[in-house]
Amino acid sequence: MNVLNQRSIEPNNGDWAVEANGLVKIFGDNKAVDGVNLNVRAGTIYGVLGPNGAGKTTTIRMLATLLRPDAGSARIFGRDVAKEAAVVRQLIGVTGQYASVDESLSATENLIIFSRLLGLGRAEARRKAEQLLEEFGLTEAAKRPLKNFSGGMRRRLDLAASLIAQPPLIFLDEPTTGLDPRTRSQMWDTIRRLVQSGSTVLLTTQYLDEADQLADRIAVIDRGHVVAEGTVDELKTSVGTSSLHLKVQDSNHIATARQTVEQVLRIPSSLNSEASTIMAPMANADLVTDLLIALREQGISLVEMSVQKPTLDEVFLTITGQGVKEEA
Amino acid sequence: MNTTAIKPGAGRPLKKYTSFGQTVRNSLTMAYRGLLKIRRTPEQLFDVTLQPIIFTLMFTYIFGGAISGDVQSYLPVIIPGILVQTVIGTSVVTGVQLREDMEKGVFDRFKSLPIARIAPLAGALLADTIRYTIATVLTFTMGYIMGFRPEGGIGYVALAGLLVIACSWAVSWIFAFFGVIARTASSVQGISMLVLFPLTFLSNAFVPVDTMPKWLQWFVNINPVSHLVSAVRDMVNAGHIGSEITASLIGAIAIVAIFAPITVRAYMRRT
Repeated sequence: MNVLNQRSIEPNNGDWAVEANGLVKIFGDNKAVDGVNLNVRAGTIYGVLGPNGAGKTTTIRMLATLLRPDAGSARIFGRDVAKEAAVVRQLIGVTGQYASVDESLSATENLIIFSRLLGLGRAEARRKAEQLLEEFGLTEAAKRPLKNFSGGMRRRLDLAASLIAQPPLIFLDEPTTGLDPRTRSQMWDTIRRLVQSGSTVLLTTQYLDEADQLADRIAVIDRGHVVAEGTVDELKTSVGTSSLHLKVQDSNHIATARQTVEQVLRIPSSLNSEASTIMAPMANADLVTDLLIALREQGISLVEMSVQKPTLDEVFLTITGQGVKEEA
Repeated sequence: MNTTAIKPGAGRPLKKYTSFGQTVRNSLTMAYRGLLKIRRTPEQLFDVTLQPIIFTLMFTYIFGGAISGDVQSYLPVIIPGILVQTVIGTSVVTGVQLREDMEKGVFDRFKSLPIARIAPLAGALLADTIRYTIATVLTFTMGYIMGFRPEGGIGYVALAGLLVIACSWAVSWIFAFFGVIARTASSVQGISMLVLFPLTFLSNAFVPVDTMPKWLQWFVNINPVSHLVSAVRDMVNAGHIGSEITASLIGAIAIVAIFAPITVRAYMRRT
């Protein structure tokens, strides 16, 4: 892939690519999305972070005119998704969680058909298909039927198909779920380059580190609600860049140990679901020495001590406060 | 990546509606997709290749002696009948495939593209005329092999073939409607068969109408399929273009006039 490094047209930063206001979608008696507000600035990567079933895909489908919101409104570059769906579709590219490409056709055929549908001429469509296949490293597999494609190849083709019309806004629904680490970082590079060329990307993910790597701003979504929103740094400060996990030998000492932890680190701690491990955000690694000394002085012996990157679980734990309240 | 920068959302020329020309172009592209799919999975042509061969053989030898005295004199009666029955029968597949297609991820992309909403539907129906053509050619070929020599000549045979294809395309709108509203592909198949069997068997396709009870004759005589069968017989056996053709065309137009709008409406609501 030849890298696009020059950003020739600076996106007007006053432009909102996405403005969603109180989006609601109800399936039967399940409120899949329950009042989601999102504002995405043009030219940025926006991450929607949440576990399975949080309402990420439903939100994206509403923004991409695939689902009609039951309440609320959304605008893409100022155009209403419900009232001006035809216009919105000219501004977006959608890459679904399950590859939205034609399984029975080859990669080239897929891209040619999408190009033709977008109004490209016969020769132009062929050229575009070849160009995209080369950029996404799929030239060798171009003629093979998609049934024999790996997950990563399929995702790449899917993304390539979304870029035919060079839409200013691209929705990526869990672009790396199920990919191996190497293909995953390739996908990340692709997404970064996309934004360098002036596109806006709204992606959903279950992985905190993915949002961390890519997104300028993140919305954490849980059970149809946005529970936190901010820049990656803001979110991280609330969670800590990494967290300290302590397992004490004698379970009777847990309460005392927690007190010590909170005193020394000056930060609230939490317990894991089995109530056997104390977890605390670790902002300053230096304080850990003090903590260990303090614990030794109190005669609390540890079975295990580890420092871990905060998981999505911990983000939720910290943000929603759930899981902590049962014990406290 | 491509070297041209992406135009920001505000600076793009945007169209509010899709023009008629674009609708036609989009539909043709979708039809092209249908043809590519047939080429990629030729096994889906089993029904249109085997059915004409097996049914023509079977019905001719089973009913030939009983109805017309011998197989040779039954051929001019049965070949038009079997032709209409087979070709209209293959139009059920349109609905089934449409349902299967609509469930796939790729339909999400079609829905998110700025194309004519009707194109995926129109394209599918258009691509299926190739199936009707194959079935038509094979049925006539089978007839020829078994000794059928149409008196109307090749020109009228071709004309009759075109008429059958056109009418089957009209009938396929019925099944497309089921395809759009049904929840699963197998239910489309089920409902469609319920419609198809009375329509093709309660007709003059296989046996003379005057052997049937009076009440049944009434239905058989108004059944558009009977008119189509008679029209084909007129053309291939006598080189005669008469009122039966008008009747079948009116029937076809009526079906399209009723089912095309409701199918499109249901489809638009679903997408």
